[in-house]
Amino acid sequence: MARSGTARRVTRAATVPEKIPIRLTVNGSQMELTVAPWTTLLDALRDHLDLTGTKKGCDHGQCGACTVLVDGRRINSCLTLAVMKEGAEITTIEGLARDGELHPLQQAFIDQDAFQCGYCTSGQICSAAGLIAEGKARTPDEIRELMSGNICRCGAYPNIVAAILQAMERS
Amino acid sequence: MTPFQYARANDVADAIKQIATDPSAKFIAGGTNLIDLIKYDVEGPTRLIDISHLPLRSVEPTAAGGVLIGAMVPNTDLAYHPLIEQRYPLLARAIMSGASQQLRNMASTGGNLVQRTRCFYFYDTTTPCNKREPGSGCSAIDGVNRINAILGTSEACIATHPSDMCVALAALEAAVHVAGPAGTRTIALADFHRLPGNTPQRDTNLEPDEIITAIELPSKGFSANYSYLKIRDRLSYAFALVSVAAALELDGDTIKDARLALGGVAHKPWRSSAAETVLRGERADASAFARAADILLHGAKGYGHNNFKIGLARRAIMRTLGQAARGTPQSNSDKKIR
Repeated sequence: MARSGTARRVTRAATVPEKIPIRLTVNGSQMELTVAPWTTLLDALRDHLDLTGTKKGCDHGQCGACTVLVDGRRINSCLTLAVMKEGAEITTIEGLARDGELHPLQQAFIDQDAFQCGYCTSGQICSAAGLIAEGKARTPDEIRELMSGNICRCGAYPNIVAAILQAMERS
Repeated sequence: MTPFQYARANDVADAIKQIATDPSAKFIAGGTNLIDLIKYDVEGPTRLIDISHLPLRSVEPTAAGGVLIGAMVPNTDLAYHPLIEQRYPLLARAIMSGASQQLRNMASTGGNLVQRTRCFYFYDTTTPCNKREPGSGCSAIDGVNRINAILGTSEACIATHPSDMCVALAALEAAVHVAGPAGTRTIALADFHRLPGNTPQRDTNLEPDEIITAIELPSKGFSANYSYLKIRDRLSYAFALVSVAAALELDGDTIKDARLALGGVAHKPWRSSAAETVLRGERADASAFARAADILLHGAKGYGHNNFKIGLARRAIMRTLGQAARGTPQSNSDKKIR
């Protein structure tokens, strides 16, 4: 019995890859989930953890809508395999507010009217949080350059830059 | 997408062992190019070997006066590293002109070297492409070839290498440290990437069972007189139509040493020792820059939509050499080209 069971498992592994259990800290909470090797961090967040604030735009690293922070750094979650981030700390748009208070960037986006349709906004805000943590951008030109990975098809760019400047001044 | 298995490599020896036992496996580090290619069915590895956790993340001075960069150092960390910012600003500027900050945070130094072309037809699996499917033909030669190569092409392939980082590494004469079942070896960056010839499916001279462990920079960084100019369809987050890495060593206004490499124009970073030789001993002025440009672009050939690249490259070379000579390198955030 044991031998045939082992043989079956090996055969199955060769054809349909096994799902893999992983642990992630998402917005401060320990999460355990089991994902296929090809499940992106984006799909893990949206489909496995029901955190749909992170958006799927192009799914090819060209639009930035899926931007989240991994161990404090902004990345494209659509090009990141969840299994490769075992043990990492993930921050999504849902994790930015503290004790019912909006994150300064969230408040600044509202104050500066920095979105129209809103689809790119969670990626813009997570990316801007990464930008501020990096501490490299000071001028509007530098903000534009270092935010170029986030596309806004409504064209709210001037207001997005104004919102980031507002948040930078207050942080 | 082809389903794949996933395994983590514990160390470099384990990575080499794992890839040797499975010819359809691929290494994954940052994943920014490979995951994209897998989603498009351009690549279909049945196993990914995760090398992103290997301890190859240091940037250290070498005894020879250069710098050794671990293959897993993310692009952003490399560009912002004090040793690179201060001693090799040409490399820092080139890295920061490529991709977006999110992608640079993910992409590894080693992976940047082995990223694949962004030729439209390589990505479009409904069209022939000799790089994707050897022997099927080249759709770009008579197709929409605005982004394609003008130098070192073959009848089989006119794809370009998309990296900015590699253009600076070529100008700085970096070396690639690799490890494989037979041991370790070092490949000069100039010999790392290949011209397409009849085997465009082979981008590099890295063997399938070898792994990049480090990039070594020699001591000379040209930190006083350099510039990286990237011309593209939008001002940020786009691949180069033409890019130029220029580095000069000046004695007054006389050129003692010169390095010049082009991106966006060939299957590899494009250099010519004759173009650099002609600059040595000359006054750093427009006539010398024009002679170097003409030599570097000798034999350039357009394929219709990309004819403009020849004139664009000539002017970009002259502009970049001028910026380098004046000590006013192209800014990455102020997009005005002066």
